[in-house]
Amino acid sequence: MSSMTDRLSSHPLFGSLGDDRIEAIAGCASDVECAAGEVLFRVDGNADEFFLVEHGRVAIELEDAAGPGLILGTAGAGEIVGVSWILPPYRWTFDARAVEATEAVRFDAACLRGKCDADPALGYALFTSLAGLVRDRLVAARLQMLDLYGRPGPDGRGAGGLGD
Amino acid sequence: MVPVACRVAAREEIAPGTVSLTVGDCARSVGVPAPGQFNMLWAPGVGEVPISLAGRDGDDVVHVIKAVGAVTRALCALQPGDALGLRGPFGTGWDLTAADGHDVLIIAGGLGLVPLRPLIGEIVAHRARFGSVGLIIGARSPSDLLFAEEFAVWGAAVDLEVTVDHAPTDWTGRVGVVTQLVDAVSVDHDDAATFICGPEVMMRFAAREVLERGTPADRIQVSMERNMHCGIGHCGRCQLGPVFLCREGPVVPWARIDASMKVRGR
Amino acid sequence: MIAPTVRDGTITPDRIDSAAELPIGYTDDQDGGHYRLVPTGTDEYFASSSPIDSWKRFLSPPEALLVRGRSSSTDLEVEPVVPDPVAFAFVGIRACDLAAIGLLDRVFLAPDAVDPTYATRRREVFVVAVGCVHPGATCFCASMGTGPIPRDGYDLALTELYDGDRHEFLVDVGSDRGAAVMADVSGRPAVAADDEAAAARAERAVAAMGRQLDPLDPPRAAANPEHVGWGDVAGRCLSCGNCTMVCPTCFCSATQDRTALLGDGVERWRVWDSCFTADFSSLHGNPVRATTESRYRQWLLHKLVTWHDQFGSSGCVGCGRCITSCPVGIDLTAEIRVLAES
Repeated sequence: MSSMTDRLSSHPLFGSLGDDRIEAIAGCASDVECAAGEVLFRVDGNADEFFLVEHGRVAIELEDAAGPGLILGTAGAGEIVGVSWILPPYRWTFDARAVEATEAVRFDAACLRGKCDADPALGYALFTSLAGLVRDRLVAARLQMLDLYGRPGPDGRGAGGLGD
Repeated sequence: MVPVACRVAAREEIAPGTVSLTVGDCARSVGVPAPGQFNMLWAPGVGEVPISLAGRDGDDVVHVIKAVGAVTRALCALQPGDALGLRGPFGTGWDLTAADGHDVLIIAGGLGLVPLRPLIGEIVAHRARFGSVGLIIGARSPSDLLFAEEFAVWGAAVDLEVTVDHAPTDWTGRVGVVTQLVDAVSVDHDDAATFICGPEVMMRFAAREVLERGTPADRIQVSMERNMHCGIGHCGRCQLGPVFLCREGPVVPWARIDASMKVRGR
Repeated sequence: MIAPTVRDGTITPDRIDSAAELPIGYTDDQDGGHYRLVPTGTDEYFASSSPIDSWKRFLSPPEALLVRGRSSSTDLEVEPVVPDPVAFAFVGIRACDLAAIGLLDRVFLAPDAVDPTYATRRREVFVVAVGCVHPGATCFCASMGTGPIPRDGYDLALTELYDGDRHEFLVDVGSDRGAAVMADVSGRPAVAADDEAAAARAERAVAAMGRQLDPLDPPRAAANPEHVGWGDVAGRCLSCGNCTMVCPTCFCSATQDRTALLGDGVERWRVWDSCFTADFSSLHGNPVRATTESRYRQWLLHKLVTWHDQFGSSGCVGCGRCITSCPVGIDLTAEIRVLAES
């Protein structure tokens, strides 16, 4: 087994796939390094890859011509950057930028989709894992949307801990 | 029952709309709250609110207050030398004995970090008494992070993860909610004494995350927030199911309120 | 001396100066949202059932001054308010209301949380209780185990023995103070027949009670927080809080600042409050219990269920006042039966 398969099999997203299938998807993976500030992808670009961060941090962000941009989320070690490659039209919806020097595993999305087409059981297992990831991000995004710390009220801890 | 006249010794706006008041010079001696306990602070002519202990400065107590209502606005407007009334301490504090010899997980959201700060101070000061310690802090934005100047000291002693809900692009830290970070700190959830404080929704989601990872409900302590007028179980306002949060709380084990938390309009 | 007396077309506990002010010759007709004073045509003293209002206002007044102060921005002087000593005699209090005072004692005389106003007023109360032989249609003290015959907590307990020819009081002495009072009262020693007559009246009273509450129902209802019955009762409930005002055990309050016009004098007053108001559960301007449904559930389940956890017994004594005083006649004994159904 290559060091890539070792690294992938220790990750929850791939851990349950079994050695043969991890070996297969490792064939679509390569190592990349990004300097702080380097852009991984931009909105509307072709989503033909995604990243598993091993060290460093990547910000998913939105440029706003009317003001400073906004970071919507970050991915650190062990986290995935990019899910738009899963479904057509395979286009990025946000920007991704390394906010510090980052080492990641880059996956060739076309290669991986091809393996999934050839082995539906692999596709099902992988997409089930990804669905869990997307669900967790949806829950997190909804919690962010609530702006819990910003709004006073029964759900916004208001005055210093215990109500007014 | 009767407020003691005290004075503001120091005042600092530590985040937008959030003021740290150091209160002392009291007309007679007052008890000092334990971490997690609270005082009733009285703005004469306006009203009284429960405010948790944020820290101590010698014999003085430090309270952090956010201006969200008439009373908290009046308290936040106080200047050094101004008078206020104080009753307390009230309630139960964090049970740190539950953490002795065990791993510890602390999850703080927004102003929820305030009542946890003295607990974190105790843990950092007696670090060897505990196993692995994870501290997850969340805030609305980088400028809303409270006690950021203390993060270096805390981070040197415990596994500290800080995240914000929204950030400008010059922020190099994490962006996301605290519930996503439960796996970012290494603690043994089966065993960890877990302390959570923040908005009720955040506490519910955070408690669920740690429950799913195997932490028993009686090992999770949360600090609950309700309307309180008296502090001694007479006004009836702070009831959550069978619990008078002013006396049995504000810190309660999740197991004690789990059933009530499932009821809408509890 | 506080006793049931006729006021404003009702019988209510109030200050009296002589026995002539007792509700002689009157009883009451009570039902959901209904109260009428009814002449009995007899000269019985205690032919009525629960007075329209409870006795709690004498021990925990609707408004109580807690703190008086003088303040400027840089100075604050606080003086505690020492409640004026009061020595009440409660004459003609029924078993349900006596039990209610026992419950309030657990709230306001808790060892680590004594309320000075309540303690001052409660300390000297001389209790002349009366066994209730004319329960009303809204009464269910027998279900709650509090009546109709007072068991303890009195200095003297009377049973009015009246059958047209005979009009006597059987007196049970419950304390040394009671015995001292009886030393000045003329009478004859009670015989077995007197006790039998009193027991027979109590038995008839139990049978005559208009309402019942199954003690197994409240925990069942508590396990049904999503029962459609909560929404149903909330659809009728006006959230007016009458039930909490007349309840002899509802103790919730608000504390308010009151300032002098010049702004330098300030007082803190405790006033009765109700869990049916939006302000009661307000956190930073928004109520935690925003709906009538959530408020009714809080009231009913606190009274009948969580009171057990907090104080070791039900918070309901079965006086039925909440039924009588509800403008739309909501009857908790009927509601809890519905809510207990699975």
